[in-house]
Amino acid sequence: MTLTREQCFEQLLLGKAVKSEGWLEQIRLEALEHAEAMNFPSARHDDWRFTDLSPLFLHGFHPVDSFARLTLSDIEKFLIPGAIRLVFIDGCYAAELSDLTQAGSGITVASLVECFGGGCSRDGRSGDHLVEENFGRHAPYKQDAFVALNTNFFEDGAWVSVASELAEPIHLLHVATRREVPSAIYPRCMVVMESSSRATVVEDYVGLDDGIYFSNAVTEVVLKEHAQLQHVRVQREEKNAFHVGHCSVESGRDSVYSAISVALGARLSRHTLHVTQQGEGAEMHLDGLALIAGRQIADTHTRIDHAVPRGKSVQLHKCIADGSAHAIFSGKIMVHAGAVGTDSVQSSRNLLLSDKARIDTQPQLEIFNDDVSCKHGATVGQIDADALFFLKSRGFSEERARNLLTHAFAAEIIDKIPVPSLVESLGRAILERISGACT
Amino acid sequence: MINKGSKVLLEVKNLKAEVAGVAGVAGAEILKGVDLTVRAGEVHAIMGINGSGKSTFSKVLAGHPDYTVTGGKATFEGKDLFSLAPEQRARAGIFLAFQYPVEIPGVSNSALLRLAYNTLQTERGLEELDPLEFDDLVQEKIKVVEMDPSFLGRSVNEGFSGGEKKRNEILQMAVLEPKLAILDETDSGLDIDALRIVAKGVKSLLSSDNAVVMVTHYQRLLNYIVPDYVHVMDGGRIVRTGGKELALELEARGYDWLRAAA
Ligand SMILES: Nc1ncnc2c1ncn2[C@@H]1O[C@H](COP(=O)(O)OP(=O)(O)O)[C@@H](O)[C@H]1O
Ligand SMILES: [Mg+2]
Repeated sequence: MTLTREQCFEQLLLGKAVKSEGWLEQIRLEALEHAEAMNFPSARHDDWRFTDLSPLFLHGFHPVDSFARLTLSDIEKFLIPGAIRLVFIDGCYAAELSDLTQAGSGITVASLVECFGGGCSRDGRSGDHLVEENFGRHAPYKQDAFVALNTNFFEDGAWVSVASELAEPIHLLHVATRREVPSAIYPRCMVVMESSSRATVVEDYVGLDDGIYFSNAVTEVVLKEHAQLQHVRVQREEKNAFHVGHCSVESGRDSVYSAISVALGARLSRHTLHVTQQGEGAEMHLDGLALIAGRQIADTHTRIDHAVPRGKSVQLHKCIADGSAHAIFSGKIMVHAGAVGTDSVQSSRNLLLSDKARIDTQPQLEIFNDDVSCKHGATVGQIDADALFFLKSRGFSEERARNLLTHAFAAEIIDKIPVPSLVESLGRAILERISGACT
Repeated sequence: MINKGSKVLLEVKNLKAEVAGVAGVAGAEILKGVDLTVRAGEVHAIMGINGSGKSTFSKVLAGHPDYTVTGGKATFEGKDLFSLAPEQRARAGIFLAFQYPVEIPGVSNSALLRLAYNTLQTERGLEELDPLEFDDLVQEKIKVVEMDPSFLGRSVNEGFSGGEKKRNEILQMAVLEPKLAILDETDSGLDIDALRIVAKGVKSLLSSDNAVVMVTHYQRLLNYIVPDYVHVMDGGRIVRTGGKELALELEARGYDWLRAAA
């Protein structure tokens, strides 16, 4: 079955209505109204010109009506020891698989549905108030069709607010299961970092049993002044899955936001990360890796808005494409008129592992004042021939030498993840992927 | 040490090679008939002006894909060298210390050494070492080149000074224990202390079972490691072979007198 772009979109609009109360219901209805007036973006849309969405239209995606029951052993390989954990299965909260024992004072980690009912205030403050103030206020559901769909149809999601310094990582694990018909799922996360707080949050998108599904995720992040967040995002969906994610971040005065985004899975994936510097002196570090093979398509779009003075942004994005995979990176940095003293460095480094693979990279700087220091650059290359011969001269086979060099190229990003067990499991996943692709 | 009865490791006869992919182009031939025999226990030095073909010869022996062998033959312990892929030559016991060592960001020195060591162990039918066991071994080996252990955790050659890179090549040699080590200008760019360390390191690795071929410009390395044979390469050929006194003569008289004779 092949649908038209319109049919596929309409099928999504027929999703299951989720009822809420008050302000939230209003946001949902507004989002639906916008969604109904929209469609999937076409290649004529500037932000989508390299990304062919047509593989998505092979399927009609259905709402998830009954939720699968999983046990911890089903998701064991994804777990991070010692982490505070929220687990969602096909978009629905799984309390029995979650672990909040490490969440101490000054930290709220809960399901959004609990919070909307006012039930997530662990530390005496009004959680509900904080939720209403922030939720849905950052991701652009009026402009972006995917965000609009998610904002209307999301079932549940993760709420994280941190008012202290937290050593343990917070793991937000979104599991997609295999269902009888292709399903549409809508993961949702909101992270509020209060003044001077510190935490590590891992958003993790995984799939089970080779299912066909469309995961359409939205995350909103707010950093108040002096807050520091290490925001890890791992997309390791099943190989026939579709994943579209949007993350909006607002960074307050003197805050430090570090994003490390890794895309390994899905038949087709798109990740949009939009960081707006709201407060003076905010620092933003954006690291990204897409490693794909076969017929995979992975698209990463980032945008950093320096809106106020003395912002700093450092970005390194890497794509590795093997087989006939297609990786896309578009990174825009906007330095607005008032953003004097901005310091920005962006680089895009890419590795092509086969003749049939393709990488499109588009770093863009737009600067509207003179008092800035901005640099950017992009390279696309192959495995370094001298390094390859060196390794062979030390006894490595061609395949092992290539794998080692590819892994090393990826490691520069992976090694920045401040969660050792995740660095290790991603390292293994990458090795499996590249050696699998060679044979 | 010369012992005519000891085993022939490398035998090269009338070796000709050109830059790959330029077949038929006039002047493409770089090696124009090289002969060299290396027995176990011997130390050879190859000297010659820049561009005479020393690095090309070294790389052709290691199997570098930039060059095509167009004539002659080479055997290593009796096996046809040119039928072996570069990694098979390494596993057979040939080691090339590069004139310009490559940097490999993202691969730690210790991981490189361990993976390479274990590949050879497997080839020799011996047990692989796990990271802990290997660490014991490598801690001993770094003493050979007086290297700080912190270099093990760093990416291969990344941010190393010229001298540190050369020492790192010798560390690899110390770990891999080749039968035949070809050192391409390992002494170039070293200050006197580093030269002493590298020379001492190489010397400590020599035995009656292995051999070393040192490509060098300078007599000074040969003060530390006394060669059994000194060969002069010019225009892609070995034009003169002598004992250690030949190096002294070259130091005193330069190369021109040989070139005229050749
Ligand atoms: N890959 C190559 N492509 C083209 N010319 C080469 C290549 N390698 C070596 N040559 C040429 O071959 C000659 C010998 O070079 P080389 O072996 O590096 O000399 P040496 O090490 O003695 O200084 C030089 O003229 C050099 O320019
Ligand atoms: Mg040379």
